[in-house]
Amino acid sequence: MTQGSMIRIASGQGFWGDLLTAPVDQVRNGPIDFLMLDYLAEVTMSILQKQRSRDPSQGYARDFVPLMGEILPDCAERGIRVIANAGGVNLEACRDAVLAEARKAGLAGRVRIGVVVGDDILDRLPELIARGHELRNLDTGEPLETVLDRVQSANAYIGARPIVQALERGATVVITGRSTDTALTYAPMIYAFGWPEDAYDKLAAGVVAGHINECGAQASGGNTLADWESVPDLANVGFPIIEAYPDGTFYVTKHPGTGGRINRATVTEQLLYELGDPREYITPDVIADFTTIRLEDAGPDRVRVHGVRGRAPTDKLKVSISYHAGYKAVGTLVYGWPDPVKKAQAADRILRQRLDRLGLRFDEIRTEFVGWNATHGPLAGPPPPDLSEVELRVAVRSTDRAAVERFTREIAPLVLTGPPTVTGFAGGRPRVQDIVAFWPALIDRREIEPFLRVEVTEA
Amino acid sequence: MNPNTGDAAPRTVRLIELAHGRSGDKGDTVNVGVIARRPEYYPLLEQLLTVERVREHFAGMITGDVERFELPNLYALNFLLHGALDGGGTVSLMTDAQGKTFSTAMLRMELTVPAGVLEALESGQ
Repeated sequence: MTQGSMIRIASGQGFWGDLLTAPVDQVRNGPIDFLMLDYLAEVTMSILQKQRSRDPSQGYARDFVPLMGEILPDCAERGIRVIANAGGVNLEACRDAVLAEARKAGLAGRVRIGVVVGDDILDRLPELIARGHELRNLDTGEPLETVLDRVQSANAYIGARPIVQALERGATVVITGRSTDTALTYAPMIYAFGWPEDAYDKLAAGVVAGHINECGAQASGGNTLADWESVPDLANVGFPIIEAYPDGTFYVTKHPGTGGRINRATVTEQLLYELGDPREYITPDVIADFTTIRLEDAGPDRVRVHGVRGRAPTDKLKVSISYHAGYKAVGTLVYGWPDPVKKAQAADRILRQRLDRLGLRFDEIRTEFVGWNATHGPLAGPPPPDLSEVELRVAVRSTDRAAVERFTREIAPLVLTGPPTVTGFAGGRPRVQDIVAFWPALIDRREIEPFLRVEVTEA
Repeated sequence: MNPNTGDAAPRTVRLIELAHGRSGDKGDTVNVGVIARRPEYYPLLEQLLTVERVREHFAGMITGDVERFELPNLYALNFLLHGALDGGGTVSLMTDAQGKTFSTAMLRMELTVPAGVLEALESGQ
């Protein structure tokens, strides 16, 4: 890395379960300085919390460990640093597993792992509530107390500063818990360029870069609606790389020879993904104004981004809480020609009559006809004439597990006791799923930031 | 031209001819970004895609209100459709609980464009 000039921050994973080869390709197919890996979605924390309660050595993104084993030799050789929110709710276990991989790869003394601890506030909830923090649901306004006995995880979204600290202390791999997705990309910029805390325009540019990187190939031709058929070689899609400059200007690009596409259209689509009020993109470090972004095509698979403005953050941090909210199950059957929709509708009526007769109570029963109107509802219009088949999809939700379980036994009987030409039941009985709901709230940042701790350990 | 009157008739176009986009979820809210395929189309989108028009388009699909934000710098509009996802997240029973297909649900909207407007835009007048 050339200190103070340009740095390259590569995106290697847009979610836990993303293309496994992507981070390896980012490291091997061309020059990069930092590799960011985003593993956490809103409900991931609750899954990890559950894994940890069953086995105290678990509770982090397990895929991260073998990946590190594979790429750490290259990273050590070329000075590439990795930043990942893979630590979930068990940062120490994640760190120890990666340390073991590093030693196994003969990298003892050449890998330093930094962890950022303190975002997990599950154990602190009763005390916080007792001191008057109601953690009201941002959508419904209800205080957390109403679901406290069912809470499964609680994490504050933390910003880039602790990651920067870890880098300053020589960490070559930084593992965080619930840091914001965007911080994984702009922490290296703060570190490399020495941006002060009030360099809001530059930090806002970093946030925009982070928003582009955080969903992986969704910025480089994947899931692109604009002229999707002409996007080349998605089988070999190149994930985005940010080339960042000290003044906040950056370029979005990808390694030469990879598939996909980066231009104004693909980057704009990603900029609008999951966007709220564009003037108020709130992060722990800055509020970015997306209406100030300037985009220009700057060559093949290359977009220049500049002009971004930002302002001071608020005194609150977002908290992501998950809680158990009942049970659900989804049953499906496929009805064939002729009149598949009519048959599926008849089957749905029969099923509902039987559920009713059994006296089962559900909070909701939802019926969709996949192949006709499941995604676009009334906009789909009447069923197309001569449709070959449609999938009947009935889903139920209840706080009563027994009711949902009974529902799962009412799908298969429709095959011999309902409308004809029905198939697609080979998958067996539907599975009862736990519903883990998301509870967004805000908390005073002074309740979180003093508790954040950075630890750096050498392999 | 309308052969009967000699006047240029207004043209009906689908929004997908004028724009592309992307949608995503935040709780029970869907955001739909609508991006002009050509910068010249943006003023037309701003004029035609009113909150009222979008609310009417999604009638029966959403239970809450519609908000609109303008991003003229990106030739784009961002809509928030509240109450669109049956509770959202893992609570939702919808196939599309993440609202991924609301982008094209928006883009199948039919718009009546005044006579000659598109042609004028395209020829740069």
